[in-house]
Amino acid sequence: MRVAEIKESVFMALAAIAAHKLRSALTLLGVLVGVFSIITVMTAMRALQNVMESQLSQLGANTFQIQKWPGIPVMDPKDWEKYWRRTNLRYPLVARLKERATLARSVGAQTDLREGETVSRYYKTNPDVAMLGVTPEIFQARNWTLAEGRSLMSSDLESFRNVCVLGGSLARKLFPQGSAVGDSVKFNGVRYAVVGVLASKGGLGGDQDNFLAVPLTTGMNRYSWDRSLEILVQAYNQDSFADAVEQVRGILRMVRKVEPGKEDDFEILSNDTLIEQFKKITLAVRVGVTVISSIALLAAGIGIMNIMLVSVTERTREIGVRRAIGAKKRNIMTQFIMEAIAICEVGGVLGVLCGLLGGNLVAHFLNVPIAIPMDWVLIGLVICSLVGVIFGTYPAYKAANLDPIESLRYE
Amino acid sequence: MTVEANPTSLPNLPPGPLDASAGPPDATNGKVVIRLSQIAKNYQVGTETVHALRGVDLTIYKGEYVAIMGPSGSGKSTMMNVLGCLDTPSSGRFELNGIDVSDMDDNRLADIRNQEIGFVFQTFNLLARSTALHNVELPLIYAGVNAERRREVAIEAMGQVGLADRMLHKPNEMSGGQRQRVAVARALVNHPSIILADEPTGNLDSKTGEEIMGLFEVLYKKGNTLIVVTHEEDVARHARRLIRIRDGLIASDEIITHKTAVSA
Repeated sequence: MRVAEIKESVFMALAAIAAHKLRSALTLLGVLVGVFSIITVMTAMRALQNVMESQLSQLGANTFQIQKWPGIPVMDPKDWEKYWRRTNLRYPLVARLKERATLARSVGAQTDLREGETVSRYYKTNPDVAMLGVTPEIFQARNWTLAEGRSLMSSDLESFRNVCVLGGSLARKLFPQGSAVGDSVKFNGVRYAVVGVLASKGGLGGDQDNFLAVPLTTGMNRYSWDRSLEILVQAYNQDSFADAVEQVRGILRMVRKVEPGKEDDFEILSNDTLIEQFKKITLAVRVGVTVISSIALLAAGIGIMNIMLVSVTERTREIGVRRAIGAKKRNIMTQFIMEAIAICEVGGVLGVLCGLLGGNLVAHFLNVPIAIPMDWVLIGLVICSLVGVIFGTYPAYKAANLDPIESLRYE
Repeated sequence: MTVEANPTSLPNLPPGPLDASAGPPDATNGKVVIRLSQIAKNYQVGTETVHALRGVDLTIYKGEYVAIMGPSGSGKSTMMNVLGCLDTPSSGRFELNGIDVSDMDDNRLADIRNQEIGFVFQTFNLLARSTALHNVELPLIYAGVNAERRREVAIEAMGQVGLADRMLHKPNEMSGGQRQRVAVARALVNHPSIILADEPTGNLDSKTGEEIMGLFEVLYKKGNTLIVVTHEEDVARHARRLIRIRDGLIASDEIITHKTAVSA
């Protein structure tokens, strides 16, 4: 096919669209809606996923997490009961793992103890500061870096010391000037000596620094040992990561007496599995949108076919003239398919633009940074062309096979 | 108009088809452009077979100006469709420039129409949304001529029909005569072997019609081969050879001699 011929087709197609503005607008509205819904949802999903991934990186390199509850909140009450019945992951388990998991570089544990207000001599916070109970290994497993002071030590845990390490932004709030280290804070009325301050992580979609960490044993002494811990295991390197996961899984199953063939009574989360779970949960949304969009595009395609058939009838004369002056069937076919594609693509481009706008509006309301899913933009436009080709072929075929003599005589 | 028919010459001419050897006297160099031998065309209408053409023999030479006349139902339109390679005969042989086109497939016929034949229609049949120049360029697009050359040739053709100043007008901004001139330019642009005009003045008032026939006269004098299909005697008189068709056969084939006045 010649460039001139394609140019001619595109030119004629755009001229035809311009000649029937309202009709074309209504026709391409269908395509627009279909593409709009795909792009909106995919943009919003992509924005969410970007945030999730950046938050997941709070798990340090080669680290996975073991907990009683799944990583994504449980909605179904029946499932909820299943998880709830699981035995808690208790403190002694950490020592067992340390002893047996030879592929683990470190094994740590953490738990959310309480939220409350924190008071220094300068400042009193809102009662939204989280208190974490941690073992020393957590610092590495969560990529915490100290801005000043020291981290928690095993002696702190053994002696149940009332010491704490402050998150970066919390430390700045409580001690606007001077160093926090060496001073003390009160959390829910109990005094803790500040031994270290973490480097600020900042963070997207909320403050990740608004917490203080105390020795796990100190915290549990105060707020009950009857809780399930989150155990963080760090493998030596990426290569041994999968083996370490399997080894830990085996140890846990043995210790917790899970019969062979039964599913684990604990969850192992890594960055990868969390992303997988996110994808699994959003799959329903994706599939739903795909189905709805497909229906919209099918309807749009039928509309396009209808309009193209009308257009072929209206332009029978033109087709006859073109055939008489040397257009082959193929040329006529190309022209009308190009016209269908042009309508679809105009609708598609508008749909993509509206979709990006809509999806990022959603992202804006969810307080996450905007995203442009280039792959879906491309997929959307390709689908538009496909719709044009599929639904334009029959009218184009009809046009190409008109008898030139009859069409020249057509009134 | 500088030409007029000499009616006294008509009854003296022998009726019936001319055979191939007997070329008309004004054939410029004796080169055969069209040779029809025993062309027949049948249509199936319901259960009946209509014999539109019943074995036509006809030879047209390069540079001839031929009018084809006939009442409706005579096979005149079918004849034109066959000559224009829009239709293939049911039987017989049609040679265009020595090439047998009677059995060609659709694609090759399209090429032949594109290269060898220029159509002029009664209703002009221009693309309404395109400029005059683009209309004239259209055959060149299908011929695969590059944009630059296309423009050049189309502008030249517009000049030939005297519309060099109207090139970027759209058909609905032009008069009927101007539109038909654009159509003539479109027919000329590929330098075809024959220009086939179907009632070229049918939609024009008589004065404008005369103008178009004047343009044909100029084209004829430049050596183009013209075939005009019409039912108007006045139009047919402009030609140099008049073929009458009746009941699917050539009823008469006569030479028209013109008293050529000196043009002003």
